[in-house]
Formats: sequence, structure tokens, C-alpha cells
Amino acid sequence: MTATAEGAAPVVIEAPRARRTRHGKGSRTNFEMYSWIFMRMSGLLLIVLVLGHLLIMNVLDSGVQRINFGFVAGRWASPFWRTWDLMQLWLAELHGTNGLRTVINDYAVRDSTRFWLKMLLYTSAFLVLVLGTLVIFTFDPTIK
Amino acid sequence: MAKAPAGTLYRGREGMWSWVAHRVTGVLIFFFLFAHVLDTALVRVSPDSYDRVINTYKTPIVNLMELGLTGAVLYHALNGLRIMAIDFWEKGPRYQRQMTWAILAVFVVVMVPGAYFMLEHTVRTMFGSAT
Repeated sequence: MTATAEGAAPVVIEAPRARRTRHGKGSRTNFEMYSWIFMRMSGLLLIVLVLGHLLIMNVLDSGVQRINFGFVAGRWASPFWRTWDLMQLWLAELHGTNGLRTVINDYAVRDSTRFWLKMLLYTSAFLVLVLGTLVIFTFDPTIK
Repeated sequence: MAKAPAGTLYRGREGMWSWVAHRVTGVLIFFFLFAHVLDTALVRVSPDSYDRVINTYKTPIVNLMELGLTGAVLYHALNGLRIMAIDFWEKGPRYQRQMTWAILAVFVVVMVPGAYFMLEHTVRTMFGSAT
């Protein structure tokens, strides 16, 4: 098969069990395999963390109607819930970012579109993680 | 023309549509997470600004959207379990269709009481005589 112009590379589907050959950058590591495993392991933890969060916040004890600043202050007085929320934040954001990365790779055809969408994605993930982590660690229940 | 096959893991029928729904719910949850971290960050601004934003979550329309979000999360979680069963259980791929219907049954069983408790307050204030 001959090489074609950029953006129109021929579609070659390798046999699933074929040994990965090293061609070009990006295929030197097992990043995609670790990402595949991460999605399943983080997913398993998130089922407990997120469904527990939804049950407590939206269902039990009149749900969202009872949530206010005082409620958050009461929960975050406990290291247990701060740890819960911190793990939830990091796992959900990384799981979601990796999922969106897959979606972008699947649907954005042009190389530059794919690149910029992923830059936007990674920037937003970075901001969300930094902001969320700071909020959990620097929370001040006496703020006016 | 040959009769349509019962669907393979990702092509057609339950296997394909559960994959589509997994994507759609995943993207939806991701965008909500972005908004949710921002609204929670208001606890570092002032109790008043946080309470004002949280109060919008208690209004009937947003309350209904929360139910939709909860449904999206629950489906994504249950189908995630199905995906793990397909990947790690030797009989997983063979029973992927049955597992789709099984998670949908669990979904309904959980969502019916879930919807009751989540919408109770909204329904009472909108249609009930008591406040």
C-alpha cells in the first residue's frame, strides 16, 4: 500500500492479537493499555463514590432541599468526607477526560482539530482539578 | 436478503445501542462535572453566593434535570459493570444482550423509588396544599 496525503491515511485494521510494531512516536509505550485498565479500575471505585454521593445528596433526608453552606461545612469537618470528595474529584475528572479523549479521537477527523480539542480538554481538566483540590484543602467554615 | 443477525458485541441491536447510550451519558456527566466543581468552588467565595447557586438546584425544572442526570449516572455505572463483565468474565460476551436487559431492569427498579424521593418536595410544593 502506498502512502497518501496527510489527513487521508489508508485505514489498516491489524489483527487483534498481532504484536504491536514500533512505528513513529506514540506507539513506544503501553499508554492505551494502561488507559483501558484505568477506565475499569476507576469506574469500579466511582460506582461506590458517585452513587454514594448521589444517594446522600439527592435522595436521603429530603435530598437537595437540605443542602446549603452549613451542610457542606458539617460534612467537610470530617476528614473522611474530604477524602471521599477528593478521590471522587480526581477519579471522575481523569475518567471523564480519558473518555472525552477517546470521543475526540473517534470523531475529529482533521489532525489540527483533534489537537486543539484535546488541548482544550486537558486545559479544562487541569483547571477543574486544581480548583477542586484547592477548595477541598483550603475550605474555611468561618468565611463571611 | 439475509435476515438481520441478532447483533454482535458492537454492531447492531443491544450491543450497539448500549454503547451509544454509554457515550452520550458519559459526555453529559463530564460537562455537568465541570459546572459542579465551579458551583461548589463558591464555598470559597462566601456562604451567601454558594447558597444562592444551590437554591437554583432546588427549583422544579432543575430538580427534574437532576433526576435526568442521576439516571444518566446510574445507567453509565450499570453499563460499566456490564462492560467489565464482558471483558473479564469468560461468558461475558455470550451474555452481553441478556446483561443489557438485566441492567435496564435494575435501572428501573432503582429509579422508581429514586424519582419518588428526589421529586417528592417539588411535587408537594407545586401541586400539594401543604408547603
